[in-house]
Amino acid sequence: MTFKRPDGRKNDEMREIKAKVGVIKNADGSAMFSFGDTVAIAAVYGPKKMHPQHLVNLEKGTLRYNYNMLSFSVSERIRPGPSRRSQEISKISQWALEPVVMVDKFQGEVIDVHVNIIQANASTRCAGINAAALALAHAGVPMKDIVSSVSIGKLDKQLVVDLSKAEEDWEEGEGATDIPITMTSDGKITHMQLDGQIKGKQLKETIKMARKACKEIYEIQKKALKNSLEEEK
Amino acid sequence: MRKITIPGEVLASGEDYLPGDGTEKRGNDIVAVRYGLLEETNKLFKVIPLSGVYSPRRGNVVIGKVENITFNGWVLDIGTPQTAFIPISETPRYVDKNGLDEVLDIGDMAIAKIMDISKRGIDLTIKIRGLGRIDAGIIMRVNSNKVPRVIGKEGSMISMIKDETKCDITVGQNGFIWIQGDNVEDELFAKKAIMFIVENSFVEGLTEEVKKWFDGEKK
Repeated sequence: MTFKRPDGRKNDEMREIKAKVGVIKNADGSAMFSFGDTVAIAAVYGPKKMHPQHLVNLEKGTLRYNYNMLSFSVSERIRPGPSRRSQEISKISQWALEPVVMVDKFQGEVIDVHVNIIQANASTRCAGINAAALALAHAGVPMKDIVSSVSIGKLDKQLVVDLSKAEEDWEEGEGATDIPITMTSDGKITHMQLDGQIKGKQLKETIKMARKACKEIYEIQKKALKNSLEEEK
Repeated sequence: MRKITIPGEVLASGEDYLPGDGTEKRGNDIVAVRYGLLEETNKLFKVIPLSGVYSPRRGNVVIGKVENITFNGWVLDIGTPQTAFIPISETPRYVDKNGLDEVLDIGDMAIAKIMDISKRGIDLTIKIRGLGRIDAGIIMRVNSNKVPRVIGKEGSMISMIKDETKCDITVGQNGFIWIQGDNVEDELFAKKAIMFIVENSFVEGLTEEVKKWFDGEKK
């Protein structure tokens, strides 16, 4: 089958990735991460006093993640403020990050992660998680590892990496399936979602593809942190 | 220049290495758990933080704002997640239980020393000379990780600023800085000098640079 992606990329080729830390001065840690046109900025505040008091957990610290898509991030203005979708993504992203953040180091306290999507072209949650992982590290939060996130898609029967909006709306053949995956640098999965249908055998292939893509993303994240001081000069 | 560590980075592997602050032992490896500058002394690995909130240590002198008055002391905000408390017994002289607000009122700034850190919070003292309420001058805030730069080696940086601006400066380890001079112009000049240090904290030979900056500013 001859197959071509709408933007002419190879099946295992991601869009251009940019990563930068320290974009928000007043935050304890911050980062920007982009997949092509999808741009996410993350700000981390804390560890700080948990408020309201009844949410305090004395056994371990709390990680609070807030995902928000800005009203101008898509071509048709979306209603600002929390929605069903953004609340779900916030929760999912929080779970994706919790395994690597050492929550037992700040008992009874809270770390707030605010992720804003300033421009969206699919894979926003992955860009958000990547930005949040960078921002958390930049804030000096103790972490076991850094996570990297990528979305793998199935267009008809073909697996492709890093879906764009045009591909997400794919209608030929079996249609589009979207599988966002988050991994640690040594390839352990902390988050995986599936929107659509896929066979078990092909899912294994998907994970293999995600491993390769996450490795590339990890290198970019690493570089952003390592070069953070030179850029400050 | 020293190497920057990132969380999850393997620093060394082998039995004879020791994990220090900001690192942990995972199997046979020494792994960094936070972002910062790597320091290795006698096979002991340590990460010096570059960012993050102030982590209190016993003996630190800090500056804070009085948040609340309780029946037996004052609650201070010193920029930590834990609450900081000055008990009435840690004041230099006798304080009447009804007159707590005469020593320190809500909203006052005070210099205090960390006596003890426990699970419940931080205990402060103002018993020692030089601690207590701040009555005049200006207060500025810098990132607590930049405090060593502002003070300099054996206080070289801070004494230079004091000499150049003729201001009295107290640097709290939590990043609050109290500047008191004869007039506001001097105080603002000292503030500007400190801002310059904070913005150029990674420059090599910073003391020389600051000297040059002072010469330039005076003209």
